[in-house]
Amino acid sequence: MRTSPSEQRVVVEAVDLVKSFGDLRAVDGVSFRVEPGLCFGMLGPNGAGKTSTIRMIYGYSPITSGRLEVFGLDVTGQRRAVAQRIGVCQQENNLDPDLTVAENLMVFARYFDIPQAEAATRADEALSFIALAHRRDSGVSELSGGMMRRLVLARALINRPDLLILDEPTTGLDPQARHQVWDRVDELRERGLTVILTTHYMEEAEQLCDRLVIMDHGRILVEGAPTELIREHAGRLVIEITSPRDELRAYVRDKGLPFEDLGHRLLVYGDDNDAVFHRISEDYCDGGCVLRMATLEDVFLKLTGRELRE
Amino acid sequence: MIRRLVGDISYRFIRVWQRNLTVFSKTWKVGLAPSLLEPVLYLVAFGAGLGALVGTLHIDGRTVSYIRFIAPALVAVTIMQNAFFENTYSSFVRMYYQKTFDAMLATPLSLADVITGEIVWGATRSAIAATLMLVAITPFGLLSYPSSLLVIPLAFLGGVAFGSAGMWFTGVLPTIDMFNLPVFLFITPMFLFSGTFFPLQNLPQWAQYAALALPLTHLVQITRALTFGRLEPHLLWNLAYLVGFTVMVFPLAMGRMRVRLIA
Repeated sequence: MRTSPSEQRVVVEAVDLVKSFGDLRAVDGVSFRVEPGLCFGMLGPNGAGKTSTIRMIYGYSPITSGRLEVFGLDVTGQRRAVAQRIGVCQQENNLDPDLTVAENLMVFARYFDIPQAEAATRADEALSFIALAHRRDSGVSELSGGMMRRLVLARALINRPDLLILDEPTTGLDPQARHQVWDRVDELRERGLTVILTTHYMEEAEQLCDRLVIMDHGRILVEGAPTELIREHAGRLVIEITSPRDELRAYVRDKGLPFEDLGHRLLVYGDDNDAVFHRISEDYCDGGCVLRMATLEDVFLKLTGRELRE
Repeated sequence: MIRRLVGDISYRFIRVWQRNLTVFSKTWKVGLAPSLLEPVLYLVAFGAGLGALVGTLHIDGRTVSYIRFIAPALVAVTIMQNAFFENTYSSFVRMYYQKTFDAMLATPLSLADVITGEIVWGATRSAIAATLMLVAITPFGLLSYPSSLLVIPLAFLGGVAFGSAGMWFTGVLPTIDMFNLPVFLFITPMFLFSGTFFPLQNLPQWAQYAALALPLTHLVQITRALTFGRLEPHLLWNLAYLVGFTVMVFPLAMGRMRVRLIA
């Protein structure tokens, strides 16, 4: 279904958005726009302010300052109207353990004032969409982690949202379950649903996001399409050298190549590294070296640093 | 003004109440037999056993048997306990362990809807429990009708009062183990000293005044009057106390939950 031009406006617009908890500025003045029909990613280490940002978008926590509009509505004044049109998969599996799979969807539909007959139809649809129709009468605690995540996704779709928010949708899942969730999200994206995704899996962001921001310490560091960001901040190719010798370090420095020294490993970034790679692999490569495509993970680690966040 | 005190309450609190009803309707049969049998056990133990020692009591110039004296008190205690335990242990589990409230707050429901729905549900539990007790006690001929039927709406009011108090503790206490504290300091003293098992007049004067500060005292007095079939004007004072207590504690509970969940 094509949307008319009047509906094509920005889905989320944040300007100088701030969220403080006491002295802590969890979100420290971020501005961004989410365009309709795109998947917008928010990447960042733990504590970067991703979850605090999206909680303001769906109206869970009030904004401290700045401006935040969703569907052109002010979230502070029109929280219910905004929430009515958003589907949210929160980080924790907060399915209702006192209810069955189908009841989880039916009870949730009531929160949106969806009539029960309509809710039953939608619940059936949603359950076949996530391939859980055969488990509709199971208790939630009998489901596997991947099934629970899919059910959380189905629950977030019960109000036929115009914006789907996924807060770390695949954390803790095995690769099979993760790919199943990705498949479902991909299909929704193809149907034209606008999605906001937070994650710290770079692979997930590369696979799903049209645009993304990398956040740290409550601020946005960079914004762009994944491929753009990789080209701009890591180049096309990366040479990874294990146990580098000091002569190599000197060589790289002489050539003026962008690099990162991790002690036991050296990363050399660049656009056109083929020649350099041959030189390095012939002359300096005793521990082993690899030429590979630059990834979002390179960008992420370069921008947010390598120290542990605990 | 009201909105500043209690937040943005809408008709949608019913959705939260319905959620709890849906869960209850799956499990109520398990709890049915105990709810009917327990009051009968109490009546037999206290009424027949202890009553034989006590004989009769003189209250307001009337002579009543001990069993008739404590039957309405047991109903009042049930009203208190059902709402208080629903809005402490059960609400805490939904809030803290099951994250049910978090999920609700990602929908058009407001925090005020969620907390109101929980408290109204606690009060509903009180009304259901009181009704079952009336059913169980009626065959003993201890209740005057039709005035005893008013115990059901009274149970709802008392439920909102004690549920709001419970919800305040849920907003304040960091772990579920700590609910022992309000049970020990708040519920147990009321259970014993609110004119439940012996008339308030048996207490020293200062303790009688202290007992008047306890909400259960007022709930017991109204329940007793209703089951005795003696509706007197002074009951309006008891009723006003319960309403006043609720009007004060409900916004306090809401405020604590707001700090706890949203900050």
